[in-house]
Formats: sequence, structure tokens, C-alpha cells
Amino acid sequence: MSAAGSLSVDQIKLGRRHLVTPEGVDLQIELADVGSRIGAFAIDLIIMIVVLIAAGFGLSSMSIYNGELAFTIFVLIAFLLRSFYFTLFEMGRRAATPGKMLMKIRVAARGKARLSAASVFARNALREIGFFLPIGFLFGIGQGGVDGWISLLVSIWAGIFLMFPLFNRDRLRVGDLVAGTWVVKSPRPILAADLITTDAPEVEAAFAKFAFTPAQIDMYGIKELHVLEDVLRARDREVMTDVATRIRTKIGWTWEEGESDATFLRAYYAALRGRLESKMLMGVRRKDKFDRR
Amino acid sequence: MKRRTLTLKSKRFREERQEVWKEMETMLQRIEARSVRGLTDEELIKLPRLYRSTLSSLSVARATSLDQSVVTYLESLCTRAYYVIYGSQQRLRDRIYNFFARDWPLAVQTAWKDVAASSFIFALGILIGFVLVSNNPDWFYSFMSAEMASGRTPAASEEYLRSTIYGYESEDGGLGAFAAFLFSNNSRVSIFAFALGFAFALPTVALLLYNGLSIGAFIAVFASKGLGFEIGGWLSIHGTTELFAIALAGAGGMLIGRAVAFPGDMTRVESMRSKAEQAAIILGGVVVMMFVAGLLEGFGRQLIDNDWVRYGIGGSMLTFWLLYFFLPRKSLESAKA
Repeated sequence: MSAAGSLSVDQIKLGRRHLVTPEGVDLQIELADVGSRIGAFAIDLIIMIVVLIAAGFGLSSMSIYNGELAFTIFVLIAFLLRSFYFTLFEMGRRAATPGKMLMKIRVAARGKARLSAASVFARNALREIGFFLPIGFLFGIGQGGVDGWISLLVSIWAGIFLMFPLFNRDRLRVGDLVAGTWVVKSPRPILAADLITTDAPEVEAAFAKFAFTPAQIDMYGIKELHVLEDVLRARDREVMTDVATRIRTKIGWTWEEGESDATFLRAYYAALRGRLESKMLMGVRRKDKFDRR
Repeated sequence: MKRRTLTLKSKRFREERQEVWKEMETMLQRIEARSVRGLTDEELIKLPRLYRSTLSSLSVARATSLDQSVVTYLESLCTRAYYVIYGSQQRLRDRIYNFFARDWPLAVQTAWKDVAASSFIFALGILIGFVLVSNNPDWFYSFMSAEMASGRTPAASEEYLRSTIYGYESEDGGLGAFAAFLFSNNSRVSIFAFALGFAFALPTVALLLYNGLSIGAFIAVFASKGLGFEIGGWLSIHGTTELFAIALAGAGGMLIGRAVAFPGDMTRVESMRSKAEQAAIILGGVVVMMFVAGLLEGFGRQLIDNDWVRYGIGGSMLTFWLLYFFLPRKSLESAKA
């Protein structure tokens, strides 16, 4: 959302990354935050467990007739789920498991390369030693429990893998690091209505009452305009009153009987945006109110 | 002042281009839900044009519009479109075909040094295990847990050992269940051998040696009772496939480990990344081999009692794998040319 160009240090910290398409446009993608990745993984785990339980129930009724076959199928289902659930979904068109789809994130190749099936496979093979192996150890599968020291070591091992995304800039899991992938946001595009609606004549008439002087409009910059846009879209009455009062004081606007806060704010937004945009056409981007240009 | 508000350029820009964006959006939704093949020819021609015009809208919007919602919308629309247009459009069927016909054997072939090294280490492990247990049977218990050995220890009688390698083994459950269990277990071991490679391949080497030791110890127990030839047949029917697959998984791990340890001009992460794909392809194939080995083990071994037939199957499987991987092939570059 910055000027088309390079990202600021703050934006990089917040997870914005350059992605220049072959057409030469910088898309400035956004990395998925760790919270949504944990959420996605939790959802996927729950799905896997539910499928496994359902399979267990289905097969237990079958085992009355053929216990061995039922057991075989169960072992195979468990293996396929554990090893290929993530891989197959991430190889798909959306490059996301159901959990990731719900959290609106996806896997992508770092840099400009295509996401290959092999890298998806590699990043999920690392999940095996980072998650499933330690979990298996801690619950002592097969060996009937393990002693304290080993569980401590295994916990540290698993901890390193689990915490890994928190300690690098690109929020990479060990698997991402090896496979050359990362996880990015992939929100559904939603186009909200333009706040400057002048289609209805009565709105036009209402707007016409507000004639701000250039000095009054020049009090704010782009940052404030965007805050104002958020306020107008959120439509919280109390916040709007508060903001309107503050703007009136700042620009020295006298409130008249019957003037609604919402209309005032909309009119001021339209005036400010018009002013800042025409400045932008002249090559001046006024960052915020302290930027005196 | 009123006039100016009404003729805001960014607003007019949005009104004029909106239709294109909406069209791009619906087309994206359709592609994501089904695939590019669901589009008609006309739409296919339209797709890149829509994409480019949406991209240019994004550039214009960033330069002229201060409406956050428009810029954010266009950013996410363009990013989605980018991933669709520059993503992989290969059909699953073609992918699978390419994997077996080209990618997998080629990945193994070009990693022949690692395959050789990993096979050598594995064989070394087997040899050491065999020699140690032959000289002092007590070593057996340090390589094998009682559970894994299930009675097949140096203390067992010849009759008992013989009974375990021929005929139906009821204590292991049925044939299919046993095969499925082994398949998933072995695949997991291979995945570990691969995944642990990034630690300079040291855990991979340790895993290979340890697996080798237990197999060597196992053979030694049978050999000491004069069943050396028989256990060879019992192992080789599926073992040529299974052990080869483990060696390949080890090779995948070593490929990555080597890239991390000796990155050359690249950074370690870049170097690892450059080999990870090849290693992953090898590993994907290993899972297939494990499945074949599981079938051979679960069904072939228990249904075929003749030693010579067992050796014959094992030998021809090994020949098959070697020819498949190491017959000269066109490389990727020359295949494209």
C-alpha cells in the first residue's frame, strides 16, 4: 500500500515481501503470520484425527467378517494420512491444505520459481522428523514409555523445530528452509464500495454545504486519510463523533445545527482525498500531517 | 469545491475498470474450483489479457488512488492471478508419467556418487554386524530389541529358526496386515534417513549403519546354525528392493547433507535448496519401492518356499532396478532440445 517502489523497513518487519512478476509489477506479497499457521495446522490435525477415528469405526464393524483385511486397510489409511495428507493438498491448485484454506494462506516458492511437487514433498517430509517422530516418542508408541532423559531430549528436539519459524525473518519452518518455500497470505479479494458516492442528488446536496478552504484541507496527509477511511468503513458512531470533533477543532470548523458527524466526515474525506490525489499527480506524496509539502 | 469532489480521478478510474476486475475475479474462482481446462477457448485467450490489464490497474491505482480498499483489493487479486498463471498447469496423469519415465530415474542417476556411498555404508554396517555376532553372539542383543527379534535369537534352536523362514507365520498376523505394517514402517525409516540429512548427513550415516548392523546380526544368527543359504533366499526376495530403497533414501539424505557441508560458492541455505528437490524426488520413489517390497514380503515370501525361486525373484528385481536407474538416459536439457 506504499508508494509503488521499495518497501520500508517497518513493512518488511511486518511481513511484506517483494515479488516482481515477469511483467515488472511488484506485487508486494504478505507472509502468513505464525498464529494463522498454527491454526491451520491444528485444523489439519483435527481433520486427520477425525478421519482416522471414522475409519476405525467403519473398519471395526467390518472386522467381524475379516479382521485381518480391516487391520491392513487401517494401517494403510493411517500411513497415507500421515505421509500424504499435506503433500497432496499442497500439490493442488490452491497449494493449501483445508486448514490453510480456512486460514486463507498458501504455500509458495520463495523467489520467482514455480512451486514444484518435489519441494512440497520435501517440506512435508521434514514435518515427519519435526513433529510426528517426537510425538511418537513422547507417547512411547511401541516401546511402552521411555525414560525421563530421553523424553527431555526429544522435547528439546521438537521444541527447536516448533519454535523455528519464530526465530527467522521469513517465518520459515525447517521444511520451508530446506525445500525453498514459504507460506504467504492469500486473502479473497473483496472490493468494498467507494466512500465517495455522489450518485444520489440528496447526497450531492448534502456535500455541497461543506465548502472547505484549501488551508483547512491541507491540515492532514495520507496516513490520516487512511485512518479516516477505516473509521468511515467501521461505522462506529462513538468513534465517528470523537474523530469529527477532533477534526473540527483542528481545522477550525464551526458546527452548525443539524450537521451530522458522518456526513461531515465523508465530505472532509472526499475533499482531502481529492486534494492529496491531485498532489500525487504532480509527484508529491504527502506522507502524514507532519510532512509539509 | 463541489465540482472537484465529484470528478475525482481515482473514482472515475475505478468506475471504468471495475468490470475487468470483476471478470478476472470470477474467472479466477472458476479456475481455482475446477481447472484451466474448464475454460472455453475464448476465455483462455481472454485470461492473459485480463491478467495484464488487472496488473496495470494495480500500478495505476498505486500511483494515483488513495482509496485503500481498491489498492488492497487489486493487490490480492493480482497475487492470486499470478499464482494461477505462473503456477504449474501439469495434469496429475502427466506428472505421474514424467515422474516414472524421467524425473525419478534421472534424479537417482545423477546422484550416483551418493547412491554408491550410501550403499557402501549400508553394506559395511551389515558386514560389521555379521562379523561381530559371528565371533561373539552376545553382540546380537545390543543391535536388536527382543521385540524385533521375536524369538529369533542366538539361543534359538535350528528347528525353530527354520520354521520362521518357511511357511505361514501366524504370530505376525496375516500376510496382508504384516505387509502393510512393514511398508509403512520402512517408508517412515526412509523418510527419516532423508529428513535428517540436513545435519551434515551424520544422522543419515548413523541410521544406515545401525540398520545394517541389525541385518548383519540377524543373518549371523541363522548362519551360525547352518542356515546361511536359506536366510539369504528369505531376505533377498524382498530385500533387494527394500534394502536398495533404504540405500537410496540414505543417498537422498547424503545429497542434502553434502550440499550443506560443502556449499561451494553458494550460501549453505541456497546450496541445500538446490539439492532438496532432487533428493525429494528420490525419496518419493523410495516410498513406491517400499510398497513393492511390502507386497513381495507379505505375499511372495510367505507363499514361495523354494530357495532358488526366492533368489531368482530377488535377483531379477535387483537387475530390474539397476537397469531402470542406470541405463543411459537423455538428460533434462537434451530432452527439451
